[in-house]
Amino acid sequence: MDPRVDRNSTLLTNSPVGRIGLVVVIGVPSLFLLYFFAYPVASITIRGLTTDGSFSLAVVGDVMTDPVLLAAARFTVIQALISTIVTVVVAFPAAWAFARFDFPAKRALRAATLVPFVLPTLVVGSAFLTMAGPNGAIGTDLTGTLFLIVVAHAFYNYAIVVRGVGAYWERIDPRTEDAARTLGASAFTTFRTITLPLLAPVIASTSALVFLFSFTSFGVVLLLGDLKHTTIEVEIWRQTTAFLRLDVASTLAVLQLIGVGVILAGYGWFQRTTAVQFEHATAPTRRPRKGKERIAVTLALTSMLVILGTPLLLLVIRSFTNPAGGAGIANYQNLIRLPEITAAFVNPVDAIRNSFTVAFMTLAIALVIGGLAAAALTYASRRVARGFDLFVMLPLGTSAVTIGFGFLVALSWPIDLRTSLILIPIAHTLVAIPFVVRTTTPALGSIRHNLREAAAVLGASPWRTWWTIDLKIITPAIIVAAAFAFAISMGEFGATSFITRPSFPTIPIAIFKLLSKPGAAPFGAAIALSVILMVITGVSMFVIDTIGTRTSNEL
Amino acid sequence: MSIRLDSVSVRYEDDLAVNDLDLTIISGERFVLMGPSGSGKSTLLRAVAGLEPLETGTVEIDGKDVTTLPPHRRAVGLMFQEYALFPHLSVIDNVGYGLAMIGMGRDTARRKASALLDLAGLQGFESRKPDSLSGGERQRVALLRTLAPEPSLVMLDEPLGSLDLALREDLLAQMRTIVTELGATTLYVTHDRTEAFAFAERLAIMRHGRIVRTGTPEQVWDDPQTTFVARFIGHSNVLTGAAIGFDAPGITVPPGALALKDNGEIGVHIVESVFADGRYEIVVEVANGERLRIDSPVPLDSGLSSRITVDRSAVRELVVDEV
Repeated sequence: MDPRVDRNSTLLTNSPVGRIGLVVVIGVPSLFLLYFFAYPVASITIRGLTTDGSFSLAVVGDVMTDPVLLAAARFTVIQALISTIVTVVVAFPAAWAFARFDFPAKRALRAATLVPFVLPTLVVGSAFLTMAGPNGAIGTDLTGTLFLIVVAHAFYNYAIVVRGVGAYWERIDPRTEDAARTLGASAFTTFRTITLPLLAPVIASTSALVFLFSFTSFGVVLLLGDLKHTTIEVEIWRQTTAFLRLDVASTLAVLQLIGVGVILAGYGWFQRTTAVQFEHATAPTRRPRKGKERIAVTLALTSMLVILGTPLLLLVIRSFTNPAGGAGIANYQNLIRLPEITAAFVNPVDAIRNSFTVAFMTLAIALVIGGLAAAALTYASRRVARGFDLFVMLPLGTSAVTIGFGFLVALSWPIDLRTSLILIPIAHTLVAIPFVVRTTTPALGSIRHNLREAAAVLGASPWRTWWTIDLKIITPAIIVAAAFAFAISMGEFGATSFITRPSFPTIPIAIFKLLSKPGAAPFGAAIALSVILMVITGVSMFVIDTIGTRTSNEL
Repeated sequence: MSIRLDSVSVRYEDDLAVNDLDLTIISGERFVLMGPSGSGKSTLLRAVAGLEPLETGTVEIDGKDVTTLPPHRRAVGLMFQEYALFPHLSVIDNVGYGLAMIGMGRDTARRKASALLDLAGLQGFESRKPDSLSGGERQRVALLRTLAPEPSLVMLDEPLGSLDLALREDLLAQMRTIVTELGATTLYVTHDRTEAFAFAERLAIMRHGRIVRTGTPEQVWDDPQTTFVARFIGHSNVLTGAAIGFDAPGITVPPGALALKDNGEIGVHIVESVFADGRYEIVVEVANGERLRIDSPVPLDSGLSSRITVDRSAVRELVVDEV
């Protein structure tokens, strides 16, 4: 083992932050997460499992026997299962094409797969409403059907499979498959006995992710399920905001947390039992051969473009279709000009301003907390870092609705924060922190120890070293992290829907409210606002993709 | 099983990796295809196995045209460079894979695979996974996997490529014995001339997708015909004819056909003496600046002038086909 690496992670006093600094970099993010994450989740758990201050499964019993909630629970699992299977099957051919072949604009196409995944759920919901909602492009209203929810989830999670499975597939030596062919296996037998078993671990891990995202999906199910079909996530929201049944919502949140825990545990178990060791070299790719191969690759990529492009294209086209008919920018003008349609319940211009305010606050808080956490992960001893890493990543496995709901339940002590708008950027920070930490930690860790020693030998104080060396190197990573935090905040809907006041809508809240209003004008305005949100997140992601790629090349 | 390739071309991206190539291998022959890396050897094997479609030409196995037959219907064995073992299968299931594919039941396949492992000194390795094996063990598993279904054409692509020298000689001898006992037609690809000469009954040398010389090892060594082949198989004195007064564009002279003699017909300068294999190689320079190597039992001081004789019957004329 490289002694430098070891020293880097075990030495406390020689790290640029020192002992006291280490207490700060671990302490501040820990306190933040304890108060704004662990405490609310614990409050929900206690609330869900007690009645009048003592342990009781009464509410659990109520929930378990409520036919509506049981149906929601069943639907949650079924739609997640079907969504997962459909997503994997639909995205599989494109994963193959990306793993094995060269084709024009491959890089651009690979980047394009990410677009749906980073879109706010409400934009995805709107896009599918323009396609298959009332007065949708296909002429049939599919809202409230399992089918539409599954298709939207497949669209949303397509990138996970293409990128996850594709990246793994690239590392499987194609000669392994060739060997099977020469030993007498047909193409199909080779796929069944060699390719598929080798891909099993990555299919399992991406399936687990898709399942998890579908399991806790909120905005998509809320919009497209039309409350005819609800999931646990939607029910938590409905029980709280519509029926004021906080005890039932708490119990549901606990059940959902258990569900998430089971998924993650199952995933971990499968990873351990099926992991296959093989050479991790990336196999060479080549242009597809004329004939069957070229047709297959073309079909795979075309299907990808159709699946990913159609909803977004329809969304944009619809935004430029005037409510009265004909092409034009009336929908965008309505965002400003028609207060009688929009401002009566939500003002889109305010929403845009609010979203930017919240996003910049989120960016600031997330960079401070996430940056400190990344420093803690880099400079703390390995054992401490491992536990801390798990703690920081936990919010990723918790649904946004649970976080928002937890704030409502818990944050009245020691001072009542529940009506404070600062909770919005804080909730967004919780969602963004895992991404901020994941992007900044590798950069921080990559700063070579000897670089730091060199600076120290040259007479630089630890802080000066940090300022002159470390900060310069991690600047690109910080920009990427900031763009992530910004984009996540811009699109966040689940948590915000619990904690924001009607007088302080964000863009996703405004879209939701516009969509719930009958009539062509509010719907058109909602679509226009969705397109604006799509462009804002798109620009953030462009920043991430260009700077992120450059960073990984440089470091 | 005999193989006949007739004007075979294989396109790889924009180049022809194999370019209008003819080759016939007779039944039961140990045939070696050698050439520098990138000369198209591996591509040719893949084409014979059916893994690369042909741009032009036909492949015949035992007189039957198999050009359009998919790889799994050709019944040829191909051992890949770096082996391409199945990482998720145990050693015994790797070896038994081809047996299962020819319709042998799982138990029978395992019994036969197990017997083969015993023969190769790999008993006890049955349930190991490929990643836990050493390079030499992987090589033997890959060979057994290729041979298990008893293909009548065995193709080996750099089978000793990634092993160290000591292991190579041993395994090479083993492989020669095994394929000879099986009576299988063998097509062996390597860039290493020692391996090629030790294994081949007949060999061909490939360059830029074409075969430039075919023959028995003795024939090719004795008369390489071109400067490229002469240099590639390790001739040490490849010169212009003018260097020692021959009327030929290129020649090759065995070091043993040269001798230092005071009354020799050609004047030289001694450049250096190199000790090798228990004797000395004397490097000398002739008038036009070209250098020759001469065997000698004793070293000579550099800088001295001397004269050499040439056994003209041992000199072979060459076509100059490289710059």
